[in-house]
Amino acid sequence: MSGALQINHPSDAEPAALPPPRLELRGIVKHFPGVRALDGVDLVLRPGRVTALIGENGAGKSTLVKILTGIHRPDAGEIRVGGRPVSFASPQDAQDARITAIHQETALFDELTVAENIYLGHAPKTRLGFVDWSAMRARATALLYGLDAPIRPWTRLRDLSIAQRHLVAIARALSIDSEIVIMDEPTAALSHKEVDDLARVIERLKGQGKAILFISHKFEELYRIADDYTVFRDGRSVGAGRMDEATHDELVRLMVGRSVDQVFPKVPATLGEPVLEVSGLCHPTEFDAISFTLRRGEILGLYGLVGAGRSELCQALFGATTPSAGTIAVEGRRVAIRSPADAVRAGIVYVPEERGRHGAVLAMPVFENVTLACLGAVSRHGFIRSAEEFRLARHYAERLDLRAASLAQPVGTLSGGNQQKVVIGKWLAAGPKVVILDEPTKGIDIGSKAAVHAFMSELAGQGLAVLMVSSELPEILGMADRVMVMREGRMAGLFERAGLTAETLVAAATGNIQARSDQP
Amino acid sequence: MALQQTTARVIPDRLLGPIGRSAIRWETLLLALSAAIFFANALASPYFLDIWNLSDATFNFTEKAIIALALAFVVMAGEIDLSVSGTIALASTAMGEAASAGFGTPALVAVGLGVGAACGLVNGVLITRLGLPSIMATIGTMSLYRGLSYLALGDGVLKDYPASFGWFGQGYVWQALSFEFACFLVLAALAGLVLHRTVFGRAVRAIGNNAFAARFSGLAVDRIRLILFLLTGLAAGLATVMLTSRLGSTRPSIALGWELDVVTIVVLGGVSIQGGSGTIPGVVLAAFVLGLVTYGLGLLNVPGIIMSIVIGAMLIGTIALPILAGRILAARRRP
Ligand SMILES: Nc1ncnc2c1ncn2[C@@H]1O[C@H](COP(=O)(O)OP(=O)(O)OP(=O)(O)O)[C@@H](O)[C@H]1O
Ligand SMILES: [Mg+2]
Repeated sequence: MSGALQINHPSDAEPAALPPPRLELRGIVKHFPGVRALDGVDLVLRPGRVTALIGENGAGKSTLVKILTGIHRPDAGEIRVGGRPVSFASPQDAQDARITAIHQETALFDELTVAENIYLGHAPKTRLGFVDWSAMRARATALLYGLDAPIRPWTRLRDLSIAQRHLVAIARALSIDSEIVIMDEPTAALSHKEVDDLARVIERLKGQGKAILFISHKFEELYRIADDYTVFRDGRSVGAGRMDEATHDELVRLMVGRSVDQVFPKVPATLGEPVLEVSGLCHPTEFDAISFTLRRGEILGLYGLVGAGRSELCQALFGATTPSAGTIAVEGRRVAIRSPADAVRAGIVYVPEERGRHGAVLAMPVFENVTLACLGAVSRHGFIRSAEEFRLARHYAERLDLRAASLAQPVGTLSGGNQQKVVIGKWLAAGPKVVILDEPTKGIDIGSKAAVHAFMSELAGQGLAVLMVSSELPEILGMADRVMVMREGRMAGLFERAGLTAETLVAAATGNIQARSDQP
Repeated sequence: MALQQTTARVIPDRLLGPIGRSAIRWETLLLALSAAIFFANALASPYFLDIWNLSDATFNFTEKAIIALALAFVVMAGEIDLSVSGTIALASTAMGEAASAGFGTPALVAVGLGVGAACGLVNGVLITRLGLPSIMATIGTMSLYRGLSYLALGDGVLKDYPASFGWFGQGYVWQALSFEFACFLVLAALAGLVLHRTVFGRAVRAIGNNAFAARFSGLAVDRIRLILFLLTGLAAGLATVMLTSRLGSTRPSIALGWELDVVTIVVLGGVSIQGGSGTIPGVVLAAFVLGLVTYGLGLLNVPGIIMSIVIGAMLIGTIALPILAGRILAARRRP
């Protein structure tokens, strides 16, 4: 590691302008079996400013968030809030110190309503000490309105999409009146419209003098939202300074220790014969009359706002839900897909959006997760061959740039981005004909993203057909041969790669212009 | 492509070697516990180490342990089956009726196994096809199966078993090794192989940990669950054959309350009641621990009530011990 430490002292540039820190961390250390998640990190948050925390997958960002919210206790180091040293024995202590957080893996309750989830543990009370339901609803409505989230406070959480759940988690964090607000990848599940709304909310919080820590792997967002930055690498702070004084390249080099080509490694595709033909696919509530063809070697992007029905379409193609009409053909033959097992047999696999619930078995080790969908390939006469299994798991772990203490580490203890890599690896290991990727690089850092994209391109070059849902415009524009846009459950356009711009896609997704369609 | 790996990272397969891994396991604790009980018993009673006495002692837990092997899979998959004692009552009644009707030993065995499997299949269908929670479905069938047995027998007893039928519960295959115990050892080895070495066992564990993700991985979750309930019924059928043969008679109150003993073996064996983790060696060791305790206390003429108090205390103790140890260690580490 050469020239790693580079700290631009903001105070040198502008001595008087910065308010005193609201939160100061010094030398925080946290060990887990086999890893030093944090190895003496420093961090400063100031009132009225947004500090971006940047770092690769597994750099220790979420671990720090968990320390700040009393979930983990640091092995060493000092935390100061408003100049006073504090130590948190429980999440309640952190809340009492007026720190609130949106965690990366949101923990909400499926069976409770949105309002109950937002106010769980701090519900408004009537004078007699009972929960004041009407106040709770009114406040929840106001909070969600502030986020511009079209969610009714009395719907049950299990009826919401994952992006909507994320908005609820954000509302929950904002419902607690705190001085320090921490957001661990709040935008990973959101499309550009919700991100805009969130940016407005953050602007408002800044105006109220709150100190904000903002974690994200999306640089456009960081430049728009953050004032300061701190970079972690392998559990150490390797740089801090003002966002407007750091270039994108500098930040990436600090974070990865090398430079990364931002250019998407898209290999010009030679498209083969059709593999997946979908015609007139309908769902009673989620989508209507979807038709498209996917050819060998093609990457078809699927873009749309949150709630446009993209994930629902994917799940129907995978047999997780049943469409009400329409046909699916694989390699020219019609197939009836009634369950995921049918889909896998037909060669269709699905990397789901909710990795914790649908994607990975968190309590099982990395190698068992990678081979879960292709146990036939690593076994003989039903007996698993351990050496084969580890070999396969290692292959995908290396191709996808996985960071883990060992292949036997439970997936649940990996960092968020690394969990995602395991889920992608599991499905690629199944050797499918068609892979449906739902926000595949969600939470994955910039360096690994390039590795994932390169791998995808390579597999497409070998004849894999890819349907890729993504809310990230650069990813869609960079990787897709064609892009299908959905709006409110219907197809809003199908665009060829050549000359396609972000504006066109956004306009089609929001319905601002008449979509230009290349297919009859 | 300008993507060069400056830091080559190697991910090891595992952090701990085989010895390190077994040092921190529940099974190691059970092994130590059963050794301790064994020595305590040997010291306390001069009759304990007699090979025929030891062999006799296996009878009082082998039948339950055989069911526990199958139930361990069910619990591992996140389900439960409380109907096993009801299944035994019904299967034994069917065998008794068949014996009264003059059927020979092979037919009786077939009836016992068949009725057991059928009971398991009914459970499985209720749970996987109708979507009933397994605890409700099997509490229901527990009373249902035993109720049918009462309906058929009333206060009566069936004991027209042919002489050759006695071998299954009383015979020896080699020296002091009884058929029952030999059968248990073979089935335990088989269950261990299936759970820990095969695709099927892996699938069961995945289902118990996260049934959604297992389904999304293309596993036939419902079919596997159905098979598990069927196998548990079959194991109960086998236990019925052994128990009925050993007792030589069938009453509708046969094996009353066994489901608790069987669940105790599974839980003491370290199978997580929430599903997803556990081992067959653990279950086997737990069966030995319980068997040894009951046998040792029996030799010392300890009354049954005290015995159940001892077993209860031991169960709570062994489960609470690691938790307490963890707490104490965590408290020490605090600054
Ligand atoms: N409970 C745990 N047990 C073992 N290791 C853990 C545990 N929690 C985190 N780790 C390890 O600590 C390291 C830091 O993880 P952390 O979640 O903080 O990363 P991160 O910076 O948030 O990454 P990402 O961008 O992927 O979210 C990782 O190597 C992870 O595997
Ligand atoms: Mg994280």
